[in-house]
Amino acid sequence: MTSNGTVVEVRGLKKHYPVRQGVFSRVAGSVRAVDGVSFSIARGRTFGLVGESGCGKTTCARAALRLVEPTEGDIFINGTNILSLSGKHLRRARRGFQIIFQDPYASLNPRMTVGAIIGEGLKVHRMASRRERRRRVTELLERVGLSAGAAGRYPHEFSGGQRQRIGIARALALSPAFLVCDEPVSALDVSISAQIINLLKDLQEETQMSYLFISHDLNLVEYICDEVAVMYLGRIVEQAHAEVIYERAMHPYTRALLAANPLPDPEKRREKILLGGAVPNPASPPQGCHFHPRCDAADEACRLQYPKLVEIGGGHLVACHMVDQKSKTSQ
Amino acid sequence: MSGRGDDNHKVLDVRGLCTRFFTSAGVARAVDEVALSLQRGKTLGLVGESGCGKSVTALSIMRLVPDPPGRITSGEILLDGQDLASLSEKRMREIRGREVAMIFQEPMTSLNPVFTIGNQLIEAIRVHEDLSKSQARRLALEMLERVGIPNPAERLSNYPHQLSGGQQQRVMIAMAISLNPRLLIADEPTTALDVTVQAQILKLLDELRREFSIGILFITHDMAVIAQTADDVAVMYAGRIVETADVFSLFKAPRHPYTRLLFESIPTEKARGSRLRTIKGTVPPLTHLPRGCNFQKRCPLAIERCIEEDPTLREIAGGHLSACHRAEEVEELMR
Ligand SMILES: Nc1ncnc2c1ncn2[C@@H]1O[C@H](COP(=O)(O)OP(=O)(O)OP(=O)(O)O)[C@@H](O)[C@H]1O
Ligand SMILES: [Mg+2]
Repeated sequence: MTSNGTVVEVRGLKKHYPVRQGVFSRVAGSVRAVDGVSFSIARGRTFGLVGESGCGKTTCARAALRLVEPTEGDIFINGTNILSLSGKHLRRARRGFQIIFQDPYASLNPRMTVGAIIGEGLKVHRMASRRERRRRVTELLERVGLSAGAAGRYPHEFSGGQRQRIGIARALALSPAFLVCDEPVSALDVSISAQIINLLKDLQEETQMSYLFISHDLNLVEYICDEVAVMYLGRIVEQAHAEVIYERAMHPYTRALLAANPLPDPEKRREKILLGGAVPNPASPPQGCHFHPRCDAADEACRLQYPKLVEIGGGHLVACHMVDQKSKTSQ
Repeated sequence: MSGRGDDNHKVLDVRGLCTRFFTSAGVARAVDEVALSLQRGKTLGLVGESGCGKSVTALSIMRLVPDPPGRITSGEILLDGQDLASLSEKRMREIRGREVAMIFQEPMTSLNPVFTIGNQLIEAIRVHEDLSKSQARRLALEMLERVGIPNPAERLSNYPHQLSGGQQQRVMIAMAISLNPRLLIADEPTTALDVTVQAQILKLLDELRREFSIGILFITHDMAVIAQTADDVAVMYAGRIVETADVFSLFKAPRHPYTRLLFESIPTEKARGSRLRTIKGTVPPLTHLPRGCNFQKRCPLAIERCIEEDPTLREIAGGHLSACHRAEEVEELMR
């Protein structure tokens, strides 16, 4: 950990996938799934990534953990650039960062017992004797709200919420400093989801883990995140403290997202300013600002040039020509 | 069309509906003594957690419960006064699509991937209406235009996979309303969509409801979507309706402990910094429901009577019904 308490620092992260076409599968271009994303997360803090499906949230998280190899960028975790590591150094570093998924079932080996799944990391990293491992698994199971007896059973014997608890216990086994939560409750019912969210909050309080939290549920992100970044076609278009995003969003896309977000209160029904169209094909994003075809405020500059992500004060970042012009003239 | 004149007219009136699944694990009471009432041109939200019986209720109304293992064992399903539960399958086929239409979460599962959009729309129309191909085509175009599909003529020759999820759902809606049904059942129609597209679809459904005076039975597990779309709401738990009221009363003063806990388990900005309320335990298996109230084991207000006696849905305040022995005390005791 560096002096300012930063655990995770991602700089200029890119992940481009080749697009192949025709009978000879020639590379015809590339999808810029993640195209120059930077952020940092302090110890004990939660950083939220929001945006519509296909905007690059999951790819960003996976690239940040080197689960997919980034095309470009730097990723510092506790001060070490994990992109410069390989072999046993990388394996060692991997203990420090873990991930939990939306579909816990798909990520749990159906032929392994829950105990073996949770203890696997300890075994691979030769971090504990067999006896200690068993003790630690019991401890972890209890910590996530399952009984010790669960260790001998198989994933299919558990409900969705319980499987997510197993996924969390597995992630916790190596005491990571950084945990990516990729839509961790999207597949769960509200009452079960509340239990998992409470668990994640409690664990963070106890261990001071840093979370990268991905969700399409804007109400949940507002509840759980300290800082929020909004992505559109592979790039961050706005980023700020959660309160700022939800109360004083500047980017037209963020505003449209929030306006479309249903609130659980019939008194707050509003005539919605609806965003037309849909997210364009990421393989051929529009020229200039990627958002301009859907934006009412767009002018010539927006059609020509992608706006830079600039700070407009208090750590509030916005990538919009219109906002940039306004903040310049008001200075 | 008959029965559409008067405003308080009930398009749908379900009474004492029971649907059972006869499985090797026992008889599952998937839908149990369900009562629903929907007025012409209104939206009734049916909300509840996974497995509580929302979809089986919808399938029962359409008379599409897979038999075996399922069967409607009792109850009335009155569509404009006509009991669907007692109709022949032949008569039901005429009603499906024409008088009652249904849309689902995954439009792709109801669209046939190997036929063009036009093919499917035109066929769906011609099954019910005695129209020539070109007349049906004209109607299809009109409907696609109405649901906001750009370049409808071009779209007719597209295959389903060539459309985005939101557009597929629009096509499904066009198909559903093309024959001017009086009842539209929408089972999680926006669950698979992004929020901005969801907002577009919800707005479209709302406009069509007004324009054509369609009654919509809107099924979802999402309380926020219910809050934004429904006039009245029925909350379902383990096969039963546990509470029903107009949307404002329900959200302001829920009269069933389950509804109350559901609301408090939703993360909101107000709850920031505090823990969310959770509901202990899990839903009992529908094959082995307890005597008394289905919610007793998870309920913070449960008393002796809840174990002994099955609570029936009763009126607590004007039009606000709850199936809880302690409904009058919920507000005070669960503050
Ligand atoms: N074909 C079937 N055979 C046996 N049981 C069934 C069948 N279809 C549904 N059920 C049971 O009926 C109950 C109600 O299911 P239903 O699909 O109506 O729930 P739901 O409220 O729509 O849930 P979700 O929110 O997950 O869609 C469940 O317990 C389910 O397992
Ligand atoms: Mg369902």
